[in-house]
Amino acid sequence: MNAVAKLRMRGIRWPGRVTPLLLGAGILIAWLLIALLAPLLAPYDPIYQDAAVRLQPPSWAHPLGTDNFGRDILSRVIWAARIDLQIALFGVVFPFVIGTIAGSISGFFGGWVDTVFMRVIDVVLAFPFLVLMLAIITIIGPGLGSFYVAMALVGWVSYARLIRAQFLVLKSSDFAMAAVSLGYSNTRVMFRHIMPNAILSSVVFSMSDAVLVLLNGAAISYLGLGVQPPVAEWGIMIAEGQGFITTAWWITTFPGIAIVTLAMGFSLLADGLGEALGVRE
Amino acid sequence: MTDAPILTVTNLSVAYEDMRTSHTIIDGVSFTLRKGEILGIVGESGSGKSMTCRALIRLLPSSRLKVTGGSVQLEGGGDVLALTPREMTGVRGRRIGMIFQNPASHLDPVMSIGRQIAESIRHHRGIGRAEAWARMLDILRQVGIPDPESRANAYTHEFSGGMRQRAMIAVALACDPDILIADEPTTALDVTVQAQILRLLQQLRDERGLSIIFITHDLGVVYQLCDTVAVMYAGRVCEYGPKDEVIHRPRHHYTAGLIACQPSSEGGTGPVHTIPGQPPNPADMPAGCRFHPRCEAANALCAKLQPSLDEAEPSHACACHHPVGMRTEAKT
Repeated sequence: MNAVAKLRMRGIRWPGRVTPLLLGAGILIAWLLIALLAPLLAPYDPIYQDAAVRLQPPSWAHPLGTDNFGRDILSRVIWAARIDLQIALFGVVFPFVIGTIAGSISGFFGGWVDTVFMRVIDVVLAFPFLVLMLAIITIIGPGLGSFYVAMALVGWVSYARLIRAQFLVLKSSDFAMAAVSLGYSNTRVMFRHIMPNAILSSVVFSMSDAVLVLLNGAAISYLGLGVQPPVAEWGIMIAEGQGFITTAWWITTFPGIAIVTLAMGFSLLADGLGEALGVRE
Repeated sequence: MTDAPILTVTNLSVAYEDMRTSHTIIDGVSFTLRKGEILGIVGESGSGKSMTCRALIRLLPSSRLKVTGGSVQLEGGGDVLALTPREMTGVRGRRIGMIFQNPASHLDPVMSIGRQIAESIRHHRGIGRAEAWARMLDILRQVGIPDPESRANAYTHEFSGGMRQRAMIAVALACDPDILIADEPTTALDVTVQAQILRLLQQLRDERGLSIIFITHDLGVVYQLCDTVAVMYAGRVCEYGPKDEVIHRPRHHYTAGLIACQPSSEGGTGPVHTIPGQPPNPADMPAGCRFHPRCEAANALCAKLQPSLDEAEPSHACACHHPVGMRTEAKT
């Protein structure tokens, strides 16, 4: 008799296969708690500079070491979770909403409306993603606000295309036709019946998109166009620490690990949701 | 059943039109549906029976299919074909409901059954959420779904085939229509469940005075359920009359052939009778009677002149130059 069976005999239910959904959700919840409880968890002020402890390797006093200004890396990684989660949230929500509305109108009405939307999308897609983002941010001026605006202007196209494709299929589906046969208006069929079916794949996509947005946010901050120093943000921390990568590896490594775990949480959640909702990508 | 007609279809024609060609799919179909009557429309695949009914509620599956003529008079509603799209939404569901062959794909997969029915009730009667929910439970009970309180929260995929069909009937009934078009509702079900659904439809007719147009290719089902039968072949009605008349004394050779095709329990072990040949392609319809290339009684007249749907006897109409059982009379 193996260990699991023994546990079952004692009435303890062994949790089944740890699904990607639970694992992803777990990681995200952990980061969310860290962000919310940052004032309690962080041992030091994230922007307090202590010249006496510059470039300290990990130790009991500073578990993840200190940077070239003597700031505690652990505290900075913890506080940065607030900014980075915010980036992942707003960087996804605005494109999601705009793209969903544009895509559903385009897919449902078809004809010249569809043609107009599709040509606009082609134009946006013709530019490399990051180049267009940088151009928009440069015009508006650096900062997180500009980053969100640029994300919304560039990111909506993926959602619009996804939703449009779903609408094209679903509007000629049997249940949409049956809804029309019940005397429902176009708008009712579109929003009450097609939209909830069409949106599933976008929800799944938004989770994997959050990973890209997070990395983008870090990249933009790394280039000095997003979050401005001395605010703690993982991308900036990596940017600031790169000069010391050979002598003080801990400055860049720990924020890097933070980005990777959060991104992994989103990916796992996306996979899990896709599986749970029966969406094939 | 009363004599007042609730739906009168006259010379309904539907054509497939694209840039170059135009083929007539439905050609001059006429029939009458009375209050509380169950009319069976029988025919093989592609005979235009589903298309006829789609045309009645103006839900033709492609924009290239157009109604090219005829009228559909709905009692108290005028000509359905002349209504504006907005007026049409008042006819669909409210006056004419429709149920389909495949309830799994015709019900919304992400909305619970109860909410779909309640939505339909609220949309058509404009009543509150709680009242609609209570009525929804009533309707679920009426269509024979056990334990409606808990089943109402289930989704389509949690229902069995028969239950799904009941749920779809419930969605259609929620609007309290006068006419129900049932497009092969039992074809995808096994025989016992099929019998239950047929009984349910009959019961709804008896209790609510619902008029039903029942589309099927199964003559056995027609015999069990219907009052009147219209037999369609290649987009035309070829025989139309009371069930007993049409089944027991078919006039059209196509109807006679269909009846002969039915395997019977006493028929022995010989091969099942078949009608030779294939139904014609709508792009290349034979001249004259459309059935004549497959008909054993056809002669030169049949190839030239299209027979009209004549009432050989009161209320039993047949579109044939040489009706079954009248051949001898015709010759003398």
